[in-house]
Amino acid sequence: MNALALTWEWLTDPASWTGAGGILAQSVAHLRYSFLALLAAALVAVPVGLWVGHTGRGRWLAVNAAGAVRAVPSLGVLFIAVLLLLPRLRGELAFELPALIVLVLLAVPPVLAGTYAGVQATDPAARDAARGMGMTGTQVLRLVEIPGAMPLIMSGLRAAMLQIIGTATIAAIVGLGGLGRFLIDGQASRDYGQMAGGAVVVALLALAVDIALAAVQRLVVSPGLTTAGPGR
Amino acid sequence: MGGVAWAELGALMLRHLYLAGVPLLVGLAVSLPLGWLASRVRWLGPPLIAGTGLMYTIPSLALFILLPLVLGTQILDDANVLVAMTIYAVALLTRTVADGFTSVPGHVRQAATAMGYGELRRVVAVDLPLAVPVVAAGLRVAAVSNVSMVSVAALIGVSQLGSLFTDGFNRNAMGPIVVGVMASVVLALLLDATIALLARLLTPWLRRGVPA
Amino acid sequence: MIRFDSVTKTYDDGTTAVDELSLEIPGGRITVLVGPSGCGKTTSLRMINRMVEPTSGRILIDGEDVSDRPAAQLRRSIGYVIQQAGLFPHRTVLSNVMTVPRLLGWDRARARAAATEAIEKAGLTAQQAGRYPSQLSGGQQQRVGVARALASGPQIVLMDEPYSAVDPIVRAELQDELRRLQGELGITVVLVTHDIDEALSLGDMVAVMRYGGHLAQFATPAELLARPADDFVASFVGKDRGYRALGFADVAVSPRPERTVRLGEAVPAGSGWVLAVDDAGRPLGWADARSWGGPLTESRVRRFGTIARLGESARLLLDAALSSPSRRGVVVDEHGAVVGTVLADDVLDALDARST
Repeated sequence: MNALALTWEWLTDPASWTGAGGILAQSVAHLRYSFLALLAAALVAVPVGLWVGHTGRGRWLAVNAAGAVRAVPSLGVLFIAVLLLLPRLRGELAFELPALIVLVLLAVPPVLAGTYAGVQATDPAARDAARGMGMTGTQVLRLVEIPGAMPLIMSGLRAAMLQIIGTATIAAIVGLGGLGRFLIDGQASRDYGQMAGGAVVVALLALAVDIALAAVQRLVVSPGLTTAGPGR
Repeated sequence: MGGVAWAELGALMLRHLYLAGVPLLVGLAVSLPLGWLASRVRWLGPPLIAGTGLMYTIPSLALFILLPLVLGTQILDDANVLVAMTIYAVALLTRTVADGFTSVPGHVRQAATAMGYGELRRVVAVDLPLAVPVVAAGLRVAAVSNVSMVSVAALIGVSQLGSLFTDGFNRNAMGPIVVGVMASVVLALLLDATIALLARLLTPWLRRGVPA
Repeated sequence: MIRFDSVTKTYDDGTTAVDELSLEIPGGRITVLVGPSGCGKTTSLRMINRMVEPTSGRILIDGEDVSDRPAAQLRRSIGYVIQQAGLFPHRTVLSNVMTVPRLLGWDRARARAAATEAIEKAGLTAQQAGRYPSQLSGGQQQRVGVARALASGPQIVLMDEPYSAVDPIVRAELQDELRRLQGELGITVVLVTHDIDEALSLGDMVAVMRYGGHLAQFATPAELLARPADDFVASFVGKDRGYRALGFADVAVSPRPERTVRLGEAVPAGSGWVLAVDDAGRPLGWADARSWGGPLTESRVRRFGTIARLGESARLLLDAALSSPSRRGVVVDEHGAVVGTVLADDVLDALDARST
């Protein structure tokens, strides 16, 4: 049987979908890790990015962190984290936590850079007008800078999410659950159908999440920032 | 060093450079016409950029595994990695090339046309050189992310610096992993610096303080 | 009234932007701060609403020191318009204009009503109120900026180069509207510009400033043109200030009677230039009947340059005479109907008679 047929067979087999280790359960697990990591990263990176953008302090860090992280191979970092932390952790967490930490670490820089760049991109005239009309510093941030930064904050979150989903996939090698299991386990048991089938599912999941975030972006970004050109 | 022989490290670095670098060149060659089209043909721009951008959402491990289905190759074949990295390069570069061409001031383009440049000749002689800074910036991002992403191919058994990660992890040895990460970062920075230097050489008019 | 009391602003790098400025800006008038770049005019303006804090000296609004009020609270009570409009791109026009009322804690309905009124006053339509700034032209954006400054009904409006980014035709339109709005609302406007023409045409009072933050002269436009305080003011006001001063000169010129002709009426050949009017007596143009005669048709009528109204300045009367093909300047009454014509000599004679 050729590879395509094997993959199709695995994908259409109901047994692949249901049960504790099935596609559905692993998709949920994958999404759970990913959103958890994104949330944690955003909780750190968005406030720091807003602060850097608003005050202009620590600019160097915000700009270069994203570039630096891009150069670091996530697989290597994952292994280092596991080797360092595994002996110090106990129970179920021992396998999940190192991977989750790496997911968050890799997601922080793109969100930070996006948030900072978004606040920085605020029209200086709008900022001046806001102060001139009597807005306090926090009001300028809340009413002018954050709404204006929304497009770039969202692109930062989307870039971070792609990074997270990809890294969560390879994190199956260190024992993390999720769709990566099919890819890693399939390879270990020389089951190409499972391996490729899992790859199809994870690719579709990544696409679906990105589309969902794009929809969120449309909701939270003012149409005034996307409609261009003087209409009549 | 870290339990890794220099000769082995050198060989892995060369393999890594090959797997990450060749797709960069091919990706650039593909993106130049695509990006030019996207910048010139109004209705084609958004779908082309969104379409190539979508390829970027596919996690690398999944793409390495799926390509044999499409290409009919063996899973261990270098071709899978080369094609996957080319796809990522195209996904990143099409948008930057389009931005680069859009960044060429309209009055410059019109002046060139008014002086009698044909379309193709003008693109090569005028538009392309002026787009170099933007394209180079995108190429640097693609180069760095390609180098770090290639290491994932170690999981499907294609050897390069990432093999040091799996090897070290399997033996519970930190040394090879750290050496591998450092070598990968160095390679990424070298490639980044090389592209920056090339871009600088290609755009002498942007250099400041050049004595007459 | 806004009073500058020996106000000095020295920046951290040691440059003095404003030096010992003392000035009384009258209430209910338009006062223009004008000067070359680096003369401290914008800094002076921004010290009124504490966007810049003076190094020494005081600024009083109706006797009250501005530094006694919290900066944000002070700014909410003063309108503020800047060159690039500074609109919030993520908010609709209406929502932009509602900003200050909302900051003042007005409820949504009251803020909306005030904003709607201000938008209308600034010459924008209800349809434009729902648009986003990026969908408007530069001139329209500037109108939104003005509406936003007026929405909460401030007594004072500060304007920093509000019209320098719009094209000359739109600028003239916006300047006229500012005059009208200021007159209607009786507000105090302090406007900064580097354009002496704008200063002279808009200002009730003009403060000319020179490099280093010194006040060179503070006077009415007519005074500035007639008696510049020194060479700097004289050269800044410009070479043609003698002619411009005519813009502020009221002269007693009685128009000469002019024979008018309606379309279709017969004109005898050799009548020279004849003035064509419509049924209401409003001027249509001049017809050349020096060597032609017959019933007057529309194609015979030539448009002419300018028309002066009764009682307008010597400059406009003179311009009407000089731009007319017959050299006779058309003067109309308040309904636009022809009263008569003036010759350039009539205007000059009247000026001579006035100065002796």
